[in-house]
Amino acid sequence: MNKIVERIAPFAFGVTTLGVWQTWVWLANVPPYVLPSPLDVVHAYVDDYPTLNPALLSTLTVTFTALFCATVISVALALGMAASGLFRAAIQPWAVILQVTPVVAIAPLIILWVNQPFVALVVCAGVVCFFPILSNTGAGLDQTPMDLLDIFRLNGATRWQTLYLLRVPAALPYFLVGLRISGTLALVGAVVAEFVAGSGGFAAGLAFQIIEASYRLEIPRMFAALWLLAMSGITIYLALNLFAAWAMRRYEGA
Amino acid sequence: MFLAKAVSKRFGAGTLALDDITIRVETGDFIALLGPSGCGKSTLLRLLAGLEAPTSGQISWDAGHVPGPGEVGFVFQDATLLPWANAAENVFLPLRLRGKTRAEAETDVTAALAQVGLAEFAKARPKALSGGMKMRVSIARAMVSQPILLLMDEPFAALDEFTRHKLQEDLRSLWLQTGRTIVFVTHSIYEAAYLANRILVMSPRPGRIAADIISHVTEPPKERRGSASYIALVREITETFRRVMPDE
Repeated sequence: MNKIVERIAPFAFGVTTLGVWQTWVWLANVPPYVLPSPLDVVHAYVDDYPTLNPALLSTLTVTFTALFCATVISVALALGMAASGLFRAAIQPWAVILQVTPVVAIAPLIILWVNQPFVALVVCAGVVCFFPILSNTGAGLDQTPMDLLDIFRLNGATRWQTLYLLRVPAALPYFLVGLRISGTLALVGAVVAEFVAGSGGFAAGLAFQIIEASYRLEIPRMFAALWLLAMSGITIYLALNLFAAWAMRRYEGA
Repeated sequence: MFLAKAVSKRFGAGTLALDDITIRVETGDFIALLGPSGCGKSTLLRLLAGLEAPTSGQISWDAGHVPGPGEVGFVFQDATLLPWANAAENVFLPLRLRGKTRAEAETDVTAALAQVGLAEFAKARPKALSGGMKMRVSIARAMVSQPILLLMDEPFAALDEFTRHKLQEDLRSLWLQTGRTIVFVTHSIYEAAYLANRILVMSPRPGRIAADIISHVTEPPKERRGSASYIALVREITETFRRVMPDE
């Protein structure tokens, strides 16, 4: 019973908030360019979905391309760092510097240097989201249980065998933690990049729709775009959680 | 089998973990290294395994035969299984690391699992196994490569008493069947007296061999625990400890 109530609670809270919001806008006669009512937002979406949906698709394409590239590159770097101390010493500080520098500050440079707008956006989003995968996978590769390493040593395992039979599979749960964090960061990165690029960028994503709507004071459309972004974020988050849970079930087989 | 002569181990410039240890181990021995926490018994075991080198002294193997890969089996306090692999795959690991295929190893893996009573659990992942069963898999993994020496570092210390008694019985039976040389580290007087034929009592700070006690318990595994000779042995070890332990 309590479980069911807990499951329903977030939806009930959301619906109530929407109801209060709608009623307040009605009663207080708030103009839609200050705060549109939820129904205004729905209308804006219904009117504008031919532009909003492709914009969403464009932003998601940037997001997933960036997440994919960041995953491949981060895992490769983490493996390189696990295999060679020299490589780690050379790379690690730069990875941290790249991580702590706000992407908003370097995005204009990236957009300037990379002529192809889509690639520039992917690079920006990738810069935002690569670090959790890199650091978690790296930590996982380093934290292989000592006793198991001893077992491998006693049986004359080569470095390569120790890496692919022990350290890599032992790092998988850590990698999944990183992937879950990076997934939502990739969306954030894609949107930030679109904002910075503005009309000089791809001019096709949801962030651009938001900017444009704000210039034209089409606030309901802005809210509709915002809503699509929030829903995409939560969907990515839930999907990656489900994927991670599924992968862990297969991993431990219980 | 080997003679460890005047072996000492110092970690860095700091504490002396082992001081002037000399022991001779014969093929077929079942030796318990018994002592309180921090007496260096695990360190000594790691030296015997070749996982660490002594600071001074040496271990000389009979006929100059230093054990190679897979010739020393090691069992830790934790089962340390690969969580993503099932029981059979975990037992297969030592053979796989030396280039055997699954098909070549099949008979050995099945036999090792059967030896520890887990023939029916070959496909089970560690998460689905109890603590005692995981330890059995760990023992099967240590035995599958037919090691000349089996080293065990408090393998039953984390198990509940019922499971521990059962595993002690089975280990004793296994030793009677195979005659494999075993060095078993423990901090339990009862465990040492039950399992081993020879008990090396260690005293701490620095770790030294304080006494070398031969067991005269001859009863079969199921009848040992209550026997008069076992009780006498427990008493003998207890008195030895009282004599050699420094006052806390």
